Formats: sequence, C-alpha cells, structure tokens
Amino acid sequence: MILRPRLEDIKVIGHYLSKIIIGLGFTMFIPAIMGLAFGEFNPALDFLIALQITLFFGVTLGKVCFTEKDSNWMHGMVVVALSWVVAMLLGAIPLWLSGHWKSYLDACFDSMSGFATTGLVLVQDLDHLSYTHNLWRHLIMFIGGQGIIIVALSFLVKGSAGAFRMYVGEARDEKILPNIIHTSQFIWLVSIVYLILGTLALGITAILDGVKPLNAFFHGACIFMAAFDTGGFAPQSQNMLYYHSLPFEFVTIIIMLLGAINFKLHYHIWTGNRKEIWRNIETVTLFITIMATFFITAFGLKQVGAYPDVIPLFRKGFYQLISGHTGTGYQTVYARQFINEWGDLALAGIICAMALGGSVCSTTGGIKMLRLGIIFKALKQDIKTIILPSRAIVVQKFHHVKEIFVEDKQVRSAFLITLAYLLLYGFGAIAGMLFGGHPFLNALFESTSAAGNVGLSCGITDVGMPAILKITYIFQMWAGRLEFISIFTLLGFLYAAIKGR
Amino acid sequence: MKKFLLLGFSFAFFVLHLSLALAWPVSSVTLIDNAKEYDGKTVVYEGEAIGDIMKRGAYSWVNLNDSVNAIGIWAENSLLKDIAYTGAYKSKGDWLEITGVFHRACPEHGGDLDIHAQAIRNINNGCAIMHKLNIDKRNLAAALLGILGITWILTRLIKQ
Repeated sequence: MILRPRLEDIKVIGHYLSKIIIGLGFTMFIPAIMGLAFGEFNPALDFLIALQITLFFGVTLGKVCFTEKDSNWMHGMVVVALSWVVAMLLGAIPLWLSGHWKSYLDACFDSMSGFATTGLVLVQDLDHLSYTHNLWRHLIMFIGGQGIIIVALSFLVKGSAGAFRMYVGEARDEKILPNIIHTSQFIWLVSIVYLILGTLALGITAILDGVKPLNAFFHGACIFMAAFDTGGFAPQSQNMLYYHSLPFEFVTIIIMLLGAINFKLHYHIWTGNRKEIWRNIETVTLFITIMATFFITAFGLKQVGAYPDVIPLFRKGFYQLISGHTGTGYQTVYARQFINEWGDLALAGIICAMALGGSVCSTTGGIKMLRLGIIFKALKQDIKTIILPSRAIVVQKFHHVKEIFVEDKQVRSAFLITLAYLLLYGFGAIAGMLFGGHPFLNALFESTSAAGNVGLSCGITDVGMPAILKITYIFQMWAGRLEFISIFTLLGFLYAAIKGR
Repeated sequence: MKKFLLLGFSFAFFVLHLSLALAWPVSSVTLIDNAKEYDGKTVVYEGEAIGDIMKRGAYSWVNLNDSVNAIGIWAENSLLKDIAYTGAYKSKGDWLEITGVFHRACPEHGGDLDIHAQAIRNINNGCAIMHKLNIDKRNLAAALLGILGITWILTRLIKQ
C-alpha cells in the first residue's frame, strides 16, 4: 500500500525549499550591484525585479510551511529535485527580462544549462550582452557546480541529519570531513582559492594576448567559473575561439582538469598527501580513458584528413576531447565543423569521452570514473573467479583514499547508475531523431552532451529547434546533474500524492 | 573553330562568374558549411567588429560578426587603425568589409578557421549606445519592493 504524503511532509519540504529560494535571491544581489557599478541600469533593474520576486516566494513559502521538524531521506531528495527546477524558473527571470532570449522557455533552457553546468546556449546576440547578465550566466554555473544545496548548507541550514540527506541528494555521496557543514565550507574554500588564482592566471594571459585589462579580468573570472565548474559558458559568442590563443587554451585545460578531480582528492593534495593523485582509482581511470578516447578521436581526424598537420590535429583534437571528457564544453571549433569535417569516428571518440565524465564529488557530469573503475575491477574479479580453481577465494581491491574491497553493493550501484545514464543518452538521441529529424550520430552527440552536462554542440541546439526538444534537453540536464535518485524520489512522491491512501 | 570559340567563351564565363561570386560578401554560414571549397581562396566577408582588437606584434586579431557567427580576422595593425568602435553592450561596432584569404584549418594558427586580411573597408561607422532607463521596469521594481516590504512586515506580525 502506498501512503499519501501528509501535510507535515509538504511543510518540511516547503520549509527547506524556502531557504534555498531565499539563498538564491541573495545571490542575485551580486549582479545587481555589479550592474549599478558598471552604470548598466536596465540590467541592474532586471536583477532587482528578479531578486524581489525570488525573495517574495521564499519568504511566503517559509512562512506558510514553517516547521521545526527535521527532514527524512524522502524529504531531502524531493527538496533537492524541486530546488533545481525552482532555481531554473527563478534564475531565468533576469535573463528573459534582458531581451536576449526569444522566449521564457529559452531563458529557462540557458538557466538550467547554467545551473547544471552544461553550457548549451540559446542566447541571442551574446556579443552585446551586458556585463551584469554575463556575470549571472557564469555565476549560476559556479553556484550549480558547487551545488545549490551546498550554498544553502554553507550559509542557511544549520547542521542536521537533514542537511546530509540533501547533500547526498545532489549527487555527492562522499563526505570530505566528518561534519557535512564543514565539508560544504571546504568545497567553497577550495573553489574561492582557485577562483582568485584562476582569474589572475586567465586575466594576465588575456592581457598578454591583447585583451583590454577590464575585459581581461572580467573574462578571466567568468571563464574560470565556467571552466572549474566544468560548465562551458563564455562571455563571447565564439566561445574559446574568440581568443585565438594557445596559452589561453593551455590555462583552461588545467582549470578543466582541476574541476574534474574529486574534492576529496583536492583535500588530500592540500593536506600534503600528494601521492594519492597517482594511486587513486579515479585519476588512474581518467588518465586511461583520456588516452583511449583521444586515440580514437585523433585516428578519426587523421582518417578524414580534417587537419593538414599533426600540430593543429593535436591542438584541436585534444582540446575538444579534454573539454568533452571533463564535461566542460569549451569549443575551439564551430559547432558545424564537428559534422562537416570531423568524421564519424572522431565524433564517436568525443561522444565516449562526454559519456564517461570526470570524478564523483566533482563538478563534472556523466557516468564518472569511480563507477567505471569499480565495474572494471568487478569484471576482473569475475574473470579471475572463472579462471582460478573453484576453491580459490578471489578478492579485488581498489585504492580510493584508502584500500577498499570490491563489494556487490558497490558494483550494483555503479551498474545501475551507468545503465540509467546510457538510457538517458539513448532517450535524448531518439528524441533528437524524432522531433528534430537529425541523423543518429548527431542526435546522440547532442543528447550525450546535454545529459552528461558537457555543452559541446554539433549545431542541433539552436533557437529554432522544436520546443519539445528544448524540454527534453532541459530534463536531461536536470536528471544528469542530479544522478537520478532524487528525481526518482520526486516522481515517487508525486505518484504517492495522487494514488496513495 | 566554332567549338573552340564556344569552349573559350564558356571558360571565360565560368571564370568571370567565379570571380564575381568570390567578390561578393560570403556569409559565415556559407564559409563554415563549405569550408573545404573556400579553403585557401580569396573571399570577401563582412560583419560587425566585436569585443577586443587583440594586438599580437605587427598583426592583430579582430572578430567580425555577421549576425549569425563571428569569424576571426588576422590583419596587419595598419589595416585596423581606423576602427573606432567594437561591438559590446554599450557600443555598436564598425561594420567592416574584409578581403582576404580564407583558411578552413589555418596551419599558422593551430587549425583555426580564419581569414587573413589583405584589405579592409569600413562600410558603416559604429557608435556608442545610450540605453535609456526603462520606466516600466523601474515602476515594476518599485511596486515589487512595496509588496515585498508588506509581506515581510506581515510575516513579522504573524510571528508575534
């Protein structure tokens, strides 16, 4: 028998949701102040309007749903799933008011793309967008990359078991420090330190490349936020191609790789345990998969003669590959070049890289290295079991901060999430073929990019694509970012609300 | 003889047609979608200068947006000295016509799709854009401030 959720359940969900909405409202003060400082008064007004609407919803919901009861697992998961939808709807308001998005749906698309750190865009005339709106586009990537819940946990929610449940619901199942609030604060500390260093590195590189100092540091900050959070937005319509700069590509590759590393690993590197980077199953798997997918991509590019020389082939192939594998989506080629010039094999290499993603507890999307490593170890264990005498006891270990024995529970979980991702990639590809009339490989490329929160595009994502395809990609970005569990819980909650007794 | 004359005329017509076609501005979509055909050829491309003019020694990069895509132009500094405005939120950039060699995957620039300019002509001067304060937005913001204030006071009163 399914039990219908009680009023108290809805109040708990509403109570925590209100805190997240209020938190989101306060973040809108940053671009509003920035707009006033830059003399961009209309954009500043867009944010004043949006933040007031957001705070109104947050305050009202908090009052209506006031409760002192702590949340359980179901509440935590539903809060997380709903938070991302509400953040998309409210975060889209200032974008839509700017007039650079043709419809509110398009603004929602870019808002979800930002929060989910995907990087697919429907913005129009980006080259004339204000600093204020551009800052917001990149700031939502920074917030979404760390996790909307992390923001709330760090500043608004007191330490409780409920806080941990929401943390897990946001696809972060690893605690770095014993206390979840301290874990959230550590994630912010790492991100802020890297933000300062990354902005300086990119800003100075841009100045040396001839960009004016104000633009150089503004672009530096924006691009750091989008690269470290493996997002892929850029302040100009040409994305990374705007800079025509090898040093800029080099710095962004380093930042993208830093973003693809587990925050737990950052903690160990910061505390002096540098050997961990060479031993950890995730970094080892990441290295192997980068090499393997790059080999496929490079071979594909060579096969079709996409580049006249080995240096352009390496520069273009490797950059797009790292960008796809880390789930960033920065491009130094035009979207149509993927289809027109890269050939099927190179596209397949990039699709594989996008599907795999980076580390767990990082800002990347996709299946992720830990799961892939565990599945490989389990396969190795099974093969050993078959080969060795039946009396032999086969144990398999992997190194992830400490030595861990491979258990059925971990393998099952890794397989289930991997299967869910594969189904999501396939679902989007079919939608692309069905609603957009695109060939299979192109549709799979765009679908994997959306569901793996990557942002590389072969040109399907366009303002003219059917609304149903836009909604499909929004759903994929949302489900891919949250890694399904909280979304399944929300669907179960809604089902229980309708069918339960 | 007639055959030769006909062939000669056809050839001349073809060459003339091709050179005329290449003399007309080509859009960014055409260049990107037919990059192999245009690779290494002299093309005319026009668009709005956007963002920064990035100086690299005796040459500079400027990106020209034809309203669909922006393409990087590699030009001698002397060719770019007359650009007064580049497109941004507060300015409309100069609309330039570039004659130059198109590269699908430029070997000099790491495989970038670009145009190496030979001549640049300023078709339309850009200008500074004055954004007037949107009164409707201002009024809406003021009304929302009032509503938010009342809501906050009510929540305080209910608490008491």
